[in-house]
Amino acid sequence: MMKRDLTVTVAGVKFPNPVIAASGVYGFGEYYTDLYPLNLLGGISCKGLTLNKRNGNTPPRVAETPAGMLNSVGLQNPGVDTFINTNLPRLKKDGNVIIANIAGDTPEDYAEIAKRLSETDVDMLEVNISCPNVKKGGAAWGISTEGAALVTKTVRAVTKKPLMVKLTPNVTDVTEIAKAAESEGADAISLINTLLGMRIDIRTKRPVLHRNVGGLSGPAVFPVALRMVWQVAGAVKIDVVGMGGINSAEDAVEMMYAGAKAVQIGTAIISDPLAPLKIIGGIEHYMDVNRIRRITEITGKVEPW
Amino acid sequence: MPYRCGSYHVIEKTAISAGVYSYAILCPEVAVDARPGQFVHIKVEGFTLRRPVSICDIDHKNGSIRIVFEIRGHGTAKLADANVGDNIDMIAPLGNGFTLPDGIAPDRRVITVGGGIGVAPLLGAAKAFRENATAILGFRSYDKIILANDFKQSDVHVITCTDDGSVGLKGTVTTPLEAELAKNDTDMVYACGPQPMLAAIVRICEKAGVKCEVSLEQRMGCGVGACAVCACGITRQDKEYMLMVCKDGPVFKGEEVLL
Ligand SMILES: Cc1cc2nc3c(=O)[nH]c(=O)nc-3n(C[C@H](O)[C@H](O)[C@H](O)COP(=O)(O)OP(=O)(O)OC[C@H]3O[C@@H](n4cnc5c(N)ncnc54)[C@H](O)[C@@H]3O)c2cc1C
Ligand SMILES: Cc1cc2nc3c(=O)[nH]c(=O)nc-3n(C[C@H](O)[C@H](O)[C@H](O)COP(=O)(O)O)c2cc1C
Ligand code: FES
Repeated sequence: MMKRDLTVTVAGVKFPNPVIAASGVYGFGEYYTDLYPLNLLGGISCKGLTLNKRNGNTPPRVAETPAGMLNSVGLQNPGVDTFINTNLPRLKKDGNVIIANIAGDTPEDYAEIAKRLSETDVDMLEVNISCPNVKKGGAAWGISTEGAALVTKTVRAVTKKPLMVKLTPNVTDVTEIAKAAESEGADAISLINTLLGMRIDIRTKRPVLHRNVGGLSGPAVFPVALRMVWQVAGAVKIDVVGMGGINSAEDAVEMMYAGAKAVQIGTAIISDPLAPLKIIGGIEHYMDVNRIRRITEITGKVEPW
Repeated sequence: MPYRCGSYHVIEKTAISAGVYSYAILCPEVAVDARPGQFVHIKVEGFTLRRPVSICDIDHKNGSIRIVFEIRGHGTAKLADANVGDNIDMIAPLGNGFTLPDGIAPDRRVITVGGGIGVAPLLGAAKAFRENATAILGFRSYDKIILANDFKQSDVHVITCTDDGSVGLKGTVTTPLEAELAKNDTDMVYACGPQPMLAAIVRICEKAGVKCEVSLEQRMGCGVGACAVCACGITRQDKEYMLMVCKDGPVFKGEEVLL
């Protein structure tokens, strides 16, 4: 048997395998330790953090869609300080790479959160300029090159932590936004966040989500995500982490062929909490069958027509 | 309490009224930790989101649990296709369950109040008190009545109401609840059912000065506390919190829920 090498390096940070729990579906890992040790995952991207505690949007916050779901959580989280004091120490002990996903109303908010996290042993920051579920900030910064550049620049100025900027698909040309973040010092790009969507309950004539609209995720978005990852990987030199609808090892492998160095798993964990482990096992199997020694060998190796 | 995620055999299936099914599921590792008021989160083939269904009863001897559910939409319709011998993929047991104090004196009583399919999670709770429990069961009409005999077989005192008066008392569960509480020997009320009914029960219990617990429903994602979609507003010590129905609930104290 060949010895397989699943390690990947993203933004200078080494992951034991390329499978990361996506932000927002995994809390701070604490609810999954009943099932398996967190260090089986390559990394964990934590729930989006804001400067102060947030209660999120009025429920209902979830709706089912064909092969997917909508959510309108709106960044409910305990605030960055609580994360640093209570969640991070345990995560660092139990898990591998720990990524803090951060969001703010203003570039200064992002910078302040980043500053506080810089003094911790968190491994990487994921700058969320792509949350569709908040009135101010979030995706508002991710839909223009100027906004993306400004937030990246402001955060870069205050931290030496590896910086990954997370992009929204709700734009006309995602490569332009990616390049803007790259030019201001991002070390990696992650994408996609959710696509803005809606559902209506025809009995009540009301939208299912109390916020009326919300973010679409799950298998339905996979082809869109794959296309965008492929485009961005072709447009920037920095590392790309792919996500959006990955539901199987095959999906994850496709995402890596398209140019992703690592993948994040979101909605698939909601459907099946064991999904990330099944995906890791499936990637290993794919490597064995295809005699691939290092998983990094396949990144970007799609052969377009 | 630890939860499990796995596939478990259906060992018994019964249609207990039109569109309402009862499954016994063999799952010793789940049953051993399960408590009345907790729920299971079921993966139905072809759907992204799991379906939460309450644990209706627990058979510790057999290592099985019972669920009772109503066909509401496509997911529950598909779930109803499962037959004896088929597997059900579920995460269980989840949630907090009812508070079942062991210190209830034999002369004190509890009341369970359920409306429609909401009577299901109360069977396990009522059984814990047997003849010291009164179960008030409310249904639209006689053909919708479920589980009344199961309560009776456990020596629980049963009061049935129907909206149209076709069986039992005519009207809602609140009238018999007020009458029972007036006897002044009730320690605790456990309730589950439609939101307006729960709101009325909470008000009545407050007036009577009797503690009450309600089991809430909310649309769910992960079911274990991680995704924050199943929030509900809760007041504790005059402070408002956004708690998770799946993890902090589904059972909450009557006075703390904003119904
Ligand atoms: C803690 C808890 C315990 C429950 N226990 C029982 C039980 O013992 N027996 C029973 O018959 N039903 C129970 N329900 C309700 C049951 O979950 C819904 O009827 C079911 O999810 C509907 O799925 P569907 O695909 O048939 O309907 P659809 O309307 O097609 O479902 C669409 C989406 O909305 C969600 N949804 C729809 N109605 C509800 C609801 N009332 N509560 C939560 N989510 C909903 C579904 O899960 C799904 O994600 C419980 C709900 C909760 C939250
Ligand atoms: C319930 C829920 C909450 C989310 N919260 C966040 C968040 O806090 N920060 C963030 O950057 N992305 C958040 N996301 C987006 C996911 O991280 C991911 O980008 C998206 O869901 C697409 O991947 P998927 O199809 O695998 O879920 C959330 C997604 C869901 C479903
Ligand atoms: S359903 Fe995910 S937190 Fe409750």
